[in-house]
Amino acid sequence: MGSRASTLLREEEIEEIKKETGFSHSQITRLYSRFTSLDKGENGTLSREDFQRIPELAINPLGDRIINAFFPEGEDQVNFKGFMRTLAHFRPIEDNEKNKNLPATEPLNSRTNKLLFAFRLYDLDRDDKISRDELLQVLEKVDVEQKMSIRFLH
Amino acid sequence: MENFWAGVLWATEIWLYLIVCLIMIPAMFGFSLGISETYMNILVQTLEWATLNIQKANAEEESAKASASNGLIQREHGSMEKELGELRRSRPKPPVGGDFTLSDCFYFTRRGIESIVDDEVTQRFTSEELVSWNLLTRTHNDFQYISLKLTLVYGLGIFVRYCILAPLRITLAGIGLTWLVIGTSAVGFLPNCRVKFWLSEWVHVMCYRICARGLSATIRYHNKENRPKKGGICVANHTSPIDIVILCNDGCYAMVGQVHGGLMGIVQRAMVRSCPHVWFERSEMKDRHLVTKRLTDHVNDKTKLPILIFPEGTCVNNTSVMMFKKGSFEIGATIYPVAIKYDPKFGDAFWNSSKYSMVSYLLRMMTSWALVCNVWYLPAMHQQEGEDAVHFANRVKSAIAHQGGLVDLQWDGGLKRAKVKDTFKEQQQKKYSSMVVGDDSSSNSD
Repeated sequence: MGSRASTLLREEEIEEIKKETGFSHSQITRLYSRFTSLDKGENGTLSREDFQRIPELAINPLGDRIINAFFPEGEDQVNFKGFMRTLAHFRPIEDNEKNKNLPATEPLNSRTNKLLFAFRLYDLDRDDKISRDELLQVLEKVDVEQKMSIRFLH
Repeated sequence: MENFWAGVLWATEIWLYLIVCLIMIPAMFGFSLGISETYMNILVQTLEWATLNIQKANAEEESAKASASNGLIQREHGSMEKELGELRRSRPKPPVGGDFTLSDCFYFTRRGIESIVDDEVTQRFTSEELVSWNLLTRTHNDFQYISLKLTLVYGLGIFVRYCILAPLRITLAGIGLTWLVIGTSAVGFLPNCRVKFWLSEWVHVMCYRICARGLSATIRYHNKENRPKKGGICVANHTSPIDIVILCNDGCYAMVGQVHGGLMGIVQRAMVRSCPHVWFERSEMKDRHLVTKRLTDHVNDKTKLPILIFPEGTCVNNTSVMMFKKGSFEIGATIYPVAIKYDPKFGDAFWNSSKYSMVSYLLRMMTSWALVCNVWYLPAMHQQEGEDAVHFANRVKSAIAHQGGLVDLQWDGGLKRAKVKDTFKEQQQKKYSSMVVGDDSSSNSD
């Protein structure tokens, strides 16, 4: 218990995350305890192995791509801020937010940003274009050969 | 100086006499002097008072607090077909075959993120979160100062638990184990006769009762008429090694397990002298046929005690029942299901073996408030005609989960340490690919 004291969430951090993602105070603290329960190494960051330990995610056909979305380019660890930033894309769009103080940038969970997230799942080399190769690669694990074959009789 | 040591010796003697008279002897003969009942009453009232205080303090802070639901998200439980159908509804449906749309990924992505935020399995391998604090540091990581009275009670609680209760319990546990080894070895010298069986049962139950007092255990047994009988197999959900103490307080069972070295080995060897248990060498455990044969032989001998087995194969945190391994359900014996549910308010009974060793776990148990649990004996179940072992195991598991108020999960408890098998992922891929390419009834390979 003593080693976790250094990674406890400070009020300023909660405020920052609240402004950036739009989650409420209690949501952030509960998601933080979820973050720490996934963090088996107890070093304040999650690695890809930590995500793969979740069985329901491991059997998801897009599991690896979803895990990749959490990690910025070339990095192997994601901290709590990065974790929340990715999760923020999945917050529902609420009506009363549309007319509130207009932020300088679009909120993370706007329709455009949600679509951008989905687009990036297909865009493997992150060049903002989906090539045919990339589409085929995402579908690679789908059992197409067997299903697209017909047994011709002699 | 000598006076000091004489004084210490005298105090220790008094201490031991008190323990023997007030706790051990009643435990041995199965009656109670009412000391533990009084303690439990005081404890329950203190905890209720503490809960009220905390709730009052919290209510002032956050007036618009959401309901105390333990989940983080509300999950949609539509099937893959239904949800993908909804995603594709703007396109015309092709008359034959399947379809692929770029929006298909939305379904999988959402399910994936849902499982990252809140999944059914990983939470079962850590201790249950309590709705309200129970005055133990271990269940509340950041201690918030709420009121002076509460802090005083909390401090008093620490003193009582560590300085008064813990030494008492450790002494009792020590006496219980020693007596178990000596008593069973002594009974082992007798020739096989009815007196030996009766004595062996009495020694076992007595020692387990002392150990139960050593944990301040309050156990409530329900439906005692369904208690396991000789020649059957008793199956129960597994939360910690203490389950054995809990069940053996009310009956005698034959244990199944691996031969250990050290202290456990001594206990095992002593126990097997007085009545037959089934201990396996490590190498023998891998041979499933050998295991099944030995269990079948034991069960067929009607004079031997019922076998106690935990089919989950590992400890889970008492909020759910995970997959039962089918080995014990293939033998064809009568199965006596038992449901065990601990009350988490008084102490967390779950043994997180990756976090705590056995010794530190036992010390944590002895410094909790108490151990309160309910044991339900369920009616005996038999394998039905044409029912395979897996289906039978699931049936028993559902009965136990339903009785104990636990969540019935299909996931394997082995996922605590191992990765999920690839076949499950392949099942999901197959399902989706049949939606992309369309159900092809002419394909007849597996």
